Amino acid sequence: MPDGLLGIEELDRSQIEAILLRAKHFQPMQSQSLKKLDTLRGKMIVNLFFEASTRTRTSFEIAAKRLGADAVSITASGSSVSKGESLVDTLNTLAAMRPDAIVMRHSASGAPHFLSRHLPTPIINAGDGTHEHPTQALLDARTILDRKGRLAGLRVAIIGDIAHSRVARSNVHLLSKFGAEIVLCGPPSLLPVELANLAPGVNLTNDIRAAIRNADVIMMLRVQLERQHEAAFPASEYFRFYGLQLEHLDLAKPDAIVMHPGPINRGHELSSEVADFQRSVILNQVENGIAVRMAVLEKVIG
Amino acid sequence: MPIVIRNGRVIDPASGTDAVADVLIADGRIAGVAPNLSAPNAEVYDAGGMIVAPGFIDMHVHLREPGFEHAETIESGSRAAAAGGFTSICCMPNTKPVNDSVTVTSYIVERARAKAAVNVFPIGAITKGSAGEEISAIGGMKGEGAVAISDDGQPVMNARVMRRAMEFARSYDLPIIQHCEDLNLSAGGDMHEGANSVRWGLRGIPAASEDVMVSRDLILAQLTGARYHVAHISTANAVSMVAYARRQGLPVTCEVTPHHFALSDEDMGAYDSNYKMKPPLRGTTHREAIVYALARGTITAIATDHAPHAGSDKMQEFERCPFGVIGLETAVAVALEHLVTPGRITLERMVELFTTGPESVMRLGRGTLAVGAPGDVTIFSTDVAWTYDVNQSASRSRNSPFHGRKFRGGPMATVVDGQFRWKR
Repeated sequence: MPDGLLGIEELDRSQIEAILLRAKHFQPMQSQSLKKLDTLRGKMIVNLFFEASTRTRTSFEIAAKRLGADAVSITASGSSVSKGESLVDTLNTLAAMRPDAIVMRHSASGAPHFLSRHLPTPIINAGDGTHEHPTQALLDARTILDRKGRLAGLRVAIIGDIAHSRVARSNVHLLSKFGAEIVLCGPPSLLPVELANLAPGVNLTNDIRAAIRNADVIMMLRVQLERQHEAAFPASEYFRFYGLQLEHLDLAKPDAIVMHPGPINRGHELSSEVADFQRSVILNQVENGIAVRMAVLEKVIG
Repeated sequence: MPIVIRNGRVIDPASGTDAVADVLIADGRIAGVAPNLSAPNAEVYDAGGMIVAPGFIDMHVHLREPGFEHAETIESGSRAAAAGGFTSICCMPNTKPVNDSVTVTSYIVERARAKAAVNVFPIGAITKGSAGEEISAIGGMKGEGAVAISDDGQPVMNARVMRRAMEFARSYDLPIIQHCEDLNLSAGGDMHEGANSVRWGLRGIPAASEDVMVSRDLILAQLTGARYHVAHISTANAVSMVAYARRQGLPVTCEVTPHHFALSDEDMGAYDSNYKMKPPLRGTTHREAIVYALARGTITAIATDHAPHAGSDKMQEFERCPFGVIGLETAVAVALEHLVTPGRITLERMVELFTTGPESVMRLGRGTLAVGAPGDVTIFSTDVAWTYDVNQSASRSRNSPFHGRKFRGGPMATVVDGQFRWKR
């Protein structure tokens, strides 16, 4: 199996640290006027998105271009997928064009893992179903490190639809490997008890106030209506019980930061005031996304 | 030509026999079980060091014919059965068209007569198209050779329909076999709901989806007096409830598949579709309860639920892959390795689970070495070393979780109606 990046779970600390350190190196150039390197000149990256995505797809594309690579983006609609071709045939066809890596998002958990067993091309997982979203966890870690300087010992509250969140799973694996204390919070129907065994240092609660108390980091998740196959929680009551509001922040550490993987739904999982709150780092996350993905692409292809 | 199987250890639970003896088969029937048998012109098979048993019965297979011949046919599936030591197999009705009519039943019987390597007994659908609504032509199918009714693959969700079906089954004296799954509880699930489904982001099939259906059906079985059989039982609560019903004297039975007593969701590789089946591989506590129920006698049959799927169907995103694994060729070896060798059950008990157990449900007139019985014999070894290579399988499909497994013990030869149909 070629070395791509399928998930955080199978990485060890030193591999993660190397990516985060390299991402730090790429951070300053994001604000320079001349942003292009030639590290990956002549390399070809295919972005294959079977699910709608704006930020992740754009972020990968910009990261590739800033490293001097060529990038082609394909979305599922208009491709052979709509003509009934199987996933493995689609990928084999693309692999025959000899790209140096395939960045892939798919609605099925494990789709990139399945393909990586059959393809010669390294695959970078840009989100698989409700399983993992490794580059999101890496950019979140980079953002936390920028503000807090460490991960060990931090209390991180992740709040929302945990059951359907690949962001939550990847963050749990990463934060746990570095010794953070993780509190997962959501309504019972979106917080299966087995999550407590996902990694060391994970606790569960259905009470948003308990989750936020003394938190260093508050990570809000979008309610993924498209992944819910029944009403897991009355939508009309969600904000009242699980939406983040300004007064909640008094319970957290005074320097606590608020994160969100986007896209945000103001008034749904967080209030508009929280979104614009001075310690909200949502746009820093987006910016770090490029630096982190440059580090990942360089590691996989370089 | 008569057959003499010499010097094997003959285990025949139907008669309580467990002794070294010869078995003589002539004119397609068992002609004697005793030391030093012989017959003029007989074909002699030396079974020294081996076990000689009544022909094994698999009461739950999918042969895919008619309709899905790219995955399996009556011929290929029955050859896999012979290679697995089975002399009789009962095929589920989820073909295309569904076996819900006299026409389809007689087609299967005719095809089996022409092509099958072992005895094939069709199971008719409970409802038309197995859609769970209208009762199918049960009496007519029985007349053509159907030995049971089931909508396997689909549970009968409507309790009123199930009640009526049980009443019909009772009046035709047929067992009714249920695939126990509450579809509302299991909806969209791909594997057992537990630590691994949560870890891998796969939707879970809770054990409760099986328990709820078993409990409902046991109450209906009590109401109707039907001979009710739980297919591929997989949960701790389900076996407890079946045990309770049996203690109450209800004519209730259940079967287990080799993969459910041998494997748990912890043995499954991430997103490996050769471990995807219904019911799913459960957690270890469920598996332990299953093995205990096998030893205690609550579970009275081992059935493979042999479910062939073409390679391309299993080469997809995990959630798109169909449910089911093949199992005819590995069942005996898996039972020896996981039940007999570790001392969980005796060898005689294992033979019961493959012979008198399923026979008592399906009433095929087989599963015994009594003189005059059909000449079906399974010869197996408890120490032959072999490796299962699914690419050499007689089945048309390759979806086995046991590919590459090194076994100790397995089938050696299969005799059907007085003829060798397979030899290792």
